[in-house]
Amino acid sequence: MAKTKRTIGHSLLTKESSAGVLFTLPFTVGFLMFMIVPMGISLYYSFCEYNILSEPKFIGLDNFIKMFTDDAIYMTSLKVTFFFAFVSVPIRLVFALIVALILLRTTKVTGFYRAAYYLPSIIGGSVAVAILWKRMFAIDGVVNALLGKIGIETSFSWLGDKRTAIWVLILLSVWQFGSSMLIFLSALKQIPSNLYESARVDGAGKIAQFFKITLPLLTPTIFFNLVMQMINGFLAFTQSMIITQGKPLNSTLFYAVYVYQQSFEFYNTGYGAAMAWVMLALIGAVTGILFATKKFWVYEGGL
Amino acid sequence: MRKKKIAGRIIYHILVCGFGLLMIYPLIWMVMSSFKETSTIFTTAGSLIPEDFQLDNYANGWKGFAGISFGVFFRNSLFISVAATIGTAASSAIAAFGFARCRFRGRRILFMAMLVSMMLPAQVLMIPQYLWYQKLGWIGTYVPLIVPYFFAIQGFFVYLMTNFIEGIPRDLDEAAKIDGCSYWGIFVNIILPLMKPALVTGGIFSFMWRWDDFLSALLYVNKSSKYPVSLALKLFCDPGSSSDYGAMFAMATLSILPAVCIFIFFQKYLVEGISTSGLKG
Repeated sequence: MAKTKRTIGHSLLTKESSAGVLFTLPFTVGFLMFMIVPMGISLYYSFCEYNILSEPKFIGLDNFIKMFTDDAIYMTSLKVTFFFAFVSVPIRLVFALIVALILLRTTKVTGFYRAAYYLPSIIGGSVAVAILWKRMFAIDGVVNALLGKIGIETSFSWLGDKRTAIWVLILLSVWQFGSSMLIFLSALKQIPSNLYESARVDGAGKIAQFFKITLPLLTPTIFFNLVMQMINGFLAFTQSMIITQGKPLNSTLFYAVYVYQQSFEFYNTGYGAAMAWVMLALIGAVTGILFATKKFWVYEGGL
Repeated sequence: MRKKKIAGRIIYHILVCGFGLLMIYPLIWMVMSSFKETSTIFTTAGSLIPEDFQLDNYANGWKGFAGISFGVFFRNSLFISVAATIGTAASSAIAAFGFARCRFRGRRILFMAMLVSMMLPAQVLMIPQYLWYQKLGWIGTYVPLIVPYFFAIQGFFVYLMTNFIEGIPRDLDEAAKIDGCSYWGIFVNIILPLMKPALVTGGIFSFMWRWDDFLSALLYVNKSSKYPVSLALKLFCDPGSSSDYGAMFAMATLSILPAVCIFIFFQKYLVEGISTSGLKG
């Protein structure tokens, strides 16, 4: 390899500092082109009255003031979204962890079980599953049909009642716990078995082992999952857009759906841009709070 | 004692298996319903087995909408997903190598930017990007669905691969460096072959996410002949459509088939690849 032709490119790629810049260049360009520039444009529009068709008109903070003082639907969507994220994500993670612990025991059919539990999270975000979910919880859907079979005759409209509609969407989200389960499984497998062996020698039972060894060593994984899924929870879109369109009475109107409606259905694009920025600030705040709590419960030492 | 153990094992399997069936019941119901005569789907919603097993729904559904068959929608989806995935895998691997193996000015800031980009999902960027792509004249084309992915814009994949490369011992790099090998040479000859598990894992996720992507298609594709499957499926739900639920379930079943196939085929790779082969070098 020492005989390789020494071109300028070669020498650039031989020096560590310039090689680093070159290798990360695609990301740098992409980050500027597809994140920073559009964000800059929308920051400007968030201070404007703008409807895509006409020229933007600068109106200062009016969009933001309207949001919090003169738009009841906005406040509803904010509440709905927070409720959805703070309920569905913890339930899903607890579920994922429990199932991961159960499936840790390997038998001949563990692979099959893992597949059955993981499959929903692979396809759960798709439009196919959203329309399926919508039909399942319809008045004449499979849920009511199965309830009828076990003696509860009902023609309850799960998606038509504002108390239950949001839970149908939460259930869909919890149903997709499989990917977190897989991450937990691989984290669980990386815990050295000698830790458990010495714990057993010291007389620690299964439960003590879980709380003293497993759980602390999993906290970094839990933390990572929690942060990422919270963010995704705040931004849930497809499910609400297809299954309920925010109905009934805006009880499932997710933030992202409302932003979409304002921007692309009502053409209040400036207002939509302002809402997106507030969302970003809220996500930043929640993430920041989560990171601030990190030192109290996330184990960061080595093994 | 032994009997107790066996009994425990049986209970374990009954519980895990029963719950597993409950998990995939919705999917089984969808697949089974797609073989039922469309008018009987909801009158017989409680039973899984079709009274009259038939394929009419597939034939009707495949005809699609307004003369555009689902074949077209599938081809569109396949093209978009494959192109975006190639872009993601290639650009993310290159950027990840830079992050994992080179110290350079601005590395920390760039790495932070990558983490930030991971936390900026499509929904927040939806309006800004739409306005920007509008300025660039990209609306109505596939460009917004493909080109950005060639610039490693999904921090998740960069992060995944950076971690993976950091887990590969540096001994081989050092040896190659002493032999006068450039960083590009190290990347192509040493790291890339070792990265296969991460590339496959990333590729699988990317493909499935692109295949399922609904929001960007909704925003940027406006001609029905250009629709990907996700958008075409939504047409079944639109008010005013004929509500042929049999056809809807048939096409929904077909639309999840690629993801299911990939999953079955790569499952071992996916699960084992993350935890064992790669990370330990």
